[in-house]
Amino acid sequence: MATLARLQARSTFVAQQYYFRNSVVDLFRKKEYDAAVKIQSWFRGCQVRAYIRNLHRITTVIQKWWRSYSGRQEYQLIVKFASCAMKMNLYNAMAVRIQRRWRGYRIRKYCFNYFYLKEYLRAVSETNDAIREALEEFAEMKEREEKKADLEREEKKRDYQARKMHYLLSTKQIPGVYNSPFRKDPDPWELRLQKAKPLTSQRSKAKPKRCISLSNWLACTSARSFPRSEILPPIDRKQCQGPFRDITEVLEQRYKPLEPTLRVAEPIDELKLARGEFRRQEWMRNVNDNMFLPFSSYHKNKKYIPLMNSSSKYSPNSYGSQHFRDENPKKWICDKDFQTVLPSFDLFSKYGKLYSKAGQII
Amino acid sequence: MSQRQVLQVFEQYQKARTQFVQMVAELATRPQNIETLQNAGVMSLLRPLLLDVVPTIQQTAALALGRLANYNDDLAEAVVKGDILPQLVYSLAEQNRFYKKAAAFVLRAVGKHSPQLAQAIVDCGALDTLVICLEDFDPGVKEAAAWALGYIARHNAELSQAVVDAGAVPLLVLCIQEPEIALKRIAASALSDISKHSPELAQTVVDAGAIAHLAQMILNPDSKLKRQVLSALSQIAKHSVDLAEMVVEAEIFPVVLTCLKDKDEYVKKNASTLIREIAKHTPELSQLIVNAGGVAAVIDCIGSCKGNIRLPGIMMLGYVAAHSENLAMAVIISKGVPQLSICLSEEPEDHIKAAAAWAIGQIGRHTPEHARAVAVTNTLPVLLSLYMSTESSEDLQVKSKKAIKNILQKCTYLPALEPFLYDAPPNILKHVVGQFSKVLFPWIFRYTSAESGQLSTTY
Repeated sequence: MATLARLQARSTFVAQQYYFRNSVVDLFRKKEYDAAVKIQSWFRGCQVRAYIRNLHRITTVIQKWWRSYSGRQEYQLIVKFASCAMKMNLYNAMAVRIQRRWRGYRIRKYCFNYFYLKEYLRAVSETNDAIREALEEFAEMKEREEKKADLEREEKKRDYQARKMHYLLSTKQIPGVYNSPFRKDPDPWELRLQKAKPLTSQRSKAKPKRCISLSNWLACTSARSFPRSEILPPIDRKQCQGPFRDITEVLEQRYKPLEPTLRVAEPIDELKLARGEFRRQEWMRNVNDNMFLPFSSYHKNKKYIPLMNSSSKYSPNSYGSQHFRDENPKKWICDKDFQTVLPSFDLFSKYGKLYSKAGQII
Repeated sequence: MSQRQVLQVFEQYQKARTQFVQMVAELATRPQNIETLQNAGVMSLLRPLLLDVVPTIQQTAALALGRLANYNDDLAEAVVKGDILPQLVYSLAEQNRFYKKAAAFVLRAVGKHSPQLAQAIVDCGALDTLVICLEDFDPGVKEAAAWALGYIARHNAELSQAVVDAGAVPLLVLCIQEPEIALKRIAASALSDISKHSPELAQTVVDAGAIAHLAQMILNPDSKLKRQVLSALSQIAKHSVDLAEMVVEAEIFPVVLTCLKDKDEYVKKNASTLIREIAKHTPELSQLIVNAGGVAAVIDCIGSCKGNIRLPGIMMLGYVAAHSENLAMAVIISKGVPQLSICLSEEPEDHIKAAAAWAIGQIGRHTPEHARAVAVTNTLPVLLSLYMSTESSEDLQVKSKKAIKNILQKCTYLPALEPFLYDAPPNILKHVVGQFSKVLFPWIFRYTSAESGQLSTTY
């Protein structure tokens, strides 16, 4: 019993201890378990990590190789293009050089010669200057000529005036208008008057134009015609010796005025003038200017206007010219035409031929 | 009554008629009397006197009628309506030279007013008789007939064709060769009136051999004759290239240039018209004129005249410059642009300014060199002010705008473009700014790129 009591006293303690030892073991177990788990997990982790590391390594190798490969491809492409571009640039540059030279050559040779243009413009401006000079000279010459003509006209006018005013010249007794005694020397007009010839009044009058026709001969009174009356003998004539006829008679005979015949007295185209005169008078008197035409030729140009009744729209009716009877077979009762009972007149067989030739109207 | 007394009555009547007709003819010379004469019914009184027995009365009556018809077209129509023309035409064929002169004078006086009256003259068959009169011996008759034909042909092409069909042209060419100056003048003016309407008529005149004689007469000192001759040649040359070449082949250059220095204004005008008509057809003809020094002569001529006389010369410069850039450069080196800009600023009339603006535009539109030559003379502000001003006519505005646009598109001379930046309207401003960008951009580009040193534009 003591042990039981002791066991019972110690039971709680034993229970506690049992529990405690079991729980410690549990704890321990748990610790151990956790530790084991930790170790395992760590180990597994290491494993996996190593595996993954390996994988990474492998992948890196693969990727490295692959990337280098594709990079090299790209690089080759880039190099290719770059070399192409370089070549093209070179060719372009060379082509530009060639084209530049060629274009310059072409323009200069075929299209536009700059120096020629400059030359041309210079020549044009030289021509312009020459023309301007020539025209100025021409204008100057014209001016000079005009001035000269003006001066000459003035001179002529003054001359003419001086000749007209010649009577104003101063004489020894009477000083003229332009030679006043109070002047030191005479007016230039005075000198001009001295030089001028006096002007006769007849010459200043303009000679009228005379149409000398034969009919005026008889009335001719000019000094150049033969003297008709008041015959004066010539002044320095010697006296005629001997019993000659009276001098007035002789001179009358000698200087007899012209007595033209009727034929000469009339103008040569007198007949034509007279006819024209006559025609004019007739024309004045006429009411109608159309000439009378003879009856026979009255209708010559006249157009024949047929009867309205005998012509239709398309052509003249043959009634009245071709046949003189109206023939309408449809209206006939029988087929036969009229029969001539009596013979036709002989008169009408010579229709148009019986008249005279002059009266041939047809 | 005795015979003498009877005859005396007739003599008195004749004297009275003569006096009446002479007084009327004298009164008709003064315009203030003509109204009174018309109201007094002078036409109906003169008509029977045309048929008078005495030739002097006929002639004086015709002369009086001519003077009356000359005054205005109502009287001329009265002459036509009064059936006087057929009578005149009939007696033209037969009477003496004084009557012919007077009758031709009446026909001229009637024909000058309007085409209808001229047609009435043609209808009564006057053309054939006038052409017969052109063959007369007396130069006065020829002159009167040629004058009448010229006035008839002036109105329109049909009447000209009628005159040509009547066979007047060879006779007119013969009349030109006559020694009398007045006859030459009238014949030249008649040929000018005939050839101005159409190329066929001009060709007819040329076929009659007129050009050689007209070209010879350019050297004649009489200025009125020169006017007519130059006008005739320019009317011939204006129609086509062939006719212009034929005129040039008659060796008128450089003689025509002396006419540009003549004292008479109208001779200068007609000479520059002739040169213009020749220059406007082809570049080769313009080249010919430039080579003969015509441009300098025309520029001097423009400088020495004023007003409408200048206009053909200005247009000639425009035509020459329009053909090609070399010719425009030739105009520039002949100092044409300063002269044109003087015309542009001085002239009061709008149409002359418009012509000057057009000519300047033609000169400056070819290359930057040309535009620069125009711009240095300070013409562009003047053109701009003309375009902007409200007083300018529409034609002037349009032409100056075109000229500005054409010149600006090629102008790279910056000092001349600067004023435009301030006062130009927006539609012109955009062109100006465009030009600035064209000039400045490569310049900027070149400098900036040279600084960085990388991209160098190889020049």
